[in-house]
Amino acid sequence: MRIRIEAFGGDASRNSLNVSITYLEAIREAQARALAEDPRVFIYGQDVGAFGGAFKATKNLAQEFPGRVIDAPISEDAMVGSAIGAAIEGMRPIIEMQFADFSTPGFNQIVNHAATLYWRTQVPCPITIRLPSGGTSGSGPFHSQSMETLYAHYPGLIVMTPATVEDAYSMLLEAVAIDDPVIFCEHKYLYYHLKAEKLPTEAMPVGKARIARAGRDMTIVAYSAMVHEALAVADELATEGTEVEVVDLRSVKPLDTDTVMASVARTGRLLCVGESWPWGGVTAEVIARVATEGFGLLDAPPQRLNAKDTPVPYHPNLWSAHRPTARSIAAAARNVLRS
Amino acid sequence: MVQTAIRSGSESATGTDAFIKAFRLMLLARTLDDKFASLYRAGKIHGGVFLGRGQEALSVSVGLALRKGDVFAPLIRDQAGRLAFGETLLDAARTYLGSPLGPMRGRDGNVHRGRPREGYLPMISHLGAMIAVVNGTLMARRFKGVTGTVGAACIGEGATSTGAFHEAINQAAIEKLPLVLVIANNHYAYSTPSSRQFACKSLADRADGYGVEGHSIDGTDLGACLKALGHAVQRARDGHGPQMIVARLLRLCGHGEHDDASYIDPQLKSSPVGRDCLKVAEQHLLAQGWADNIAIDSWRGEATHQVEDAVATVQREAPPDPYRENWCAFASKHLVETHPEIP
Repeated sequence: MRIRIEAFGGDASRNSLNVSITYLEAIREAQARALAEDPRVFIYGQDVGAFGGAFKATKNLAQEFPGRVIDAPISEDAMVGSAIGAAIEGMRPIIEMQFADFSTPGFNQIVNHAATLYWRTQVPCPITIRLPSGGTSGSGPFHSQSMETLYAHYPGLIVMTPATVEDAYSMLLEAVAIDDPVIFCEHKYLYYHLKAEKLPTEAMPVGKARIARAGRDMTIVAYSAMVHEALAVADELATEGTEVEVVDLRSVKPLDTDTVMASVARTGRLLCVGESWPWGGVTAEVIARVATEGFGLLDAPPQRLNAKDTPVPYHPNLWSAHRPTARSIAAAARNVLRS
Repeated sequence: MVQTAIRSGSESATGTDAFIKAFRLMLLARTLDDKFASLYRAGKIHGGVFLGRGQEALSVSVGLALRKGDVFAPLIRDQAGRLAFGETLLDAARTYLGSPLGPMRGRDGNVHRGRPREGYLPMISHLGAMIAVVNGTLMARRFKGVTGTVGAACIGEGATSTGAFHEAINQAAIEKLPLVLVIANNHYAYSTPSSRQFACKSLADRADGYGVEGHSIDGTDLGACLKALGHAVQRARDGHGPQMIVARLLRLCGHGEHDDASYIDPQLKSSPVGRDCLKVAEQHLLAQGWADNIAIDSWRGEATHQVEDAVATVQREAPPDPYRENWCAFASKHLVETHPEIP
């Protein structure tokens, strides 16, 4: 099933320009479109105004939409708290955390307030919180974190982890349209590295995983930047005659167990890869679900691969060994294939 | 910034009718609180019961200074303010008793209740968190071009120690929001005395530091509270930015009904700050000749009747049924996951 992005109500004339667009630009374009089409939308975050954001994800938006792209003080608790209040009044705020890591001072408002509001009161809390996530080399322990696990644990939060330019665009638009609080984990490594020819005109709905590459010998489940590492592994193993199926989860909450299970039913072997830490988390959740609901589908013990259980290191040598890479994923995949 | 100390003189600026209205709401709140306390002792209430004893004068003044269309985020000791803002006895009783007919339907309880669509915000337990939420409602109104409304957030002196308090009052000041931040300095946060909470001479002195207007009042004096809150709410409504009210009073009960409050300093209890605002207001009514004992007794009787009636109604209602609960935390039903392992 695919949804047409026109359903959001805008014109897609930008698409006809046919210029290449990065993952970061897609996020900027999605916000421009949300602001243009929905007067309830505003953006609030540090440096998002005239400066255009630390990563330029809101470049020129303050000029294009006067009064609706607002610089916040360094007060993540108050940023999220005020977004909740605005949502109660019918607005659709987008909060930019400068880095995912800095969402922790706002954690209380996110998990205890935004996430509980609808259940407690039946009044929806449609806020989107953008988390520039994941590691880039040289960023160190406090500008590199992947926090999807933490937020996915709490009832009431939708957690999106787009891996493609198209998903960054369409899922951010859907995040703003959704009546629940959305944690939008956009990967900083993909900001500039990932390009597409054009913005999409249709998209898969949130909640559906995507078969990023079909294969019959084993399944690698990944999300966000790890999808691209997994695809590189699939390329490599293909040269050895092994067909790897790569499932891109797209959102980790909801988690599309059906698509994962169907893939494992075809391949019988599962490796799940995530960039966050190994204790618990998305990879553990996927494996737990497959093991409990689809044990009979497995021809080998399912495996998972995560970052090392330390803070994210600063030096590129350490950083690239801390997170899963195509190389470490290929080694793990070969283990699964051998067992 | 303007720093005012407001006291009511013998010639109260507030009218007799306003004072009587406030007094009767205080009486109703005290009666309801007492009923909840007795239900708690009888084992009829699950979880805690938190009373506003000693804080009704301040609380009712907040509720009465607001009007329909304003925003109110009460604290746990604001039964009087809630009633003044328009909460029904049934909403209060249904939440304490967990009735599915109440606004929280058994999903949340006791003081965690409100009707967000009506500007009446249901608190979370984390102190200081509601201030920024009120800010957000006021920012939304500005986006929508709605003018002339204000938002009041109530906290105790304990919440002034939180980061959330600092972030939110600073945010309100930056955005020049019509926020009225009411701080009930009741001298204890649970068992912790205010000497372990802050070291400045008066919390009202902080207003200058945040660039907001500050007001310091005697929270045991209903006339002073009505006057100060009326003034501050009007200042906010007129575009003078956030207002910070600090009221001195004493919590005349435990933190909750589970707490005997044995730690409260007897000297404080016998000092002017330890006066019972309800008794002070009653004496004022009698002294001014605005009411006699017969009238006050009849008001008390009426309050008791109303409270007994509401509680009896709710006690006849069926409790929430876990088999009829949808166990769904999402408004977006199409995004709900099922967990087959959970029965």
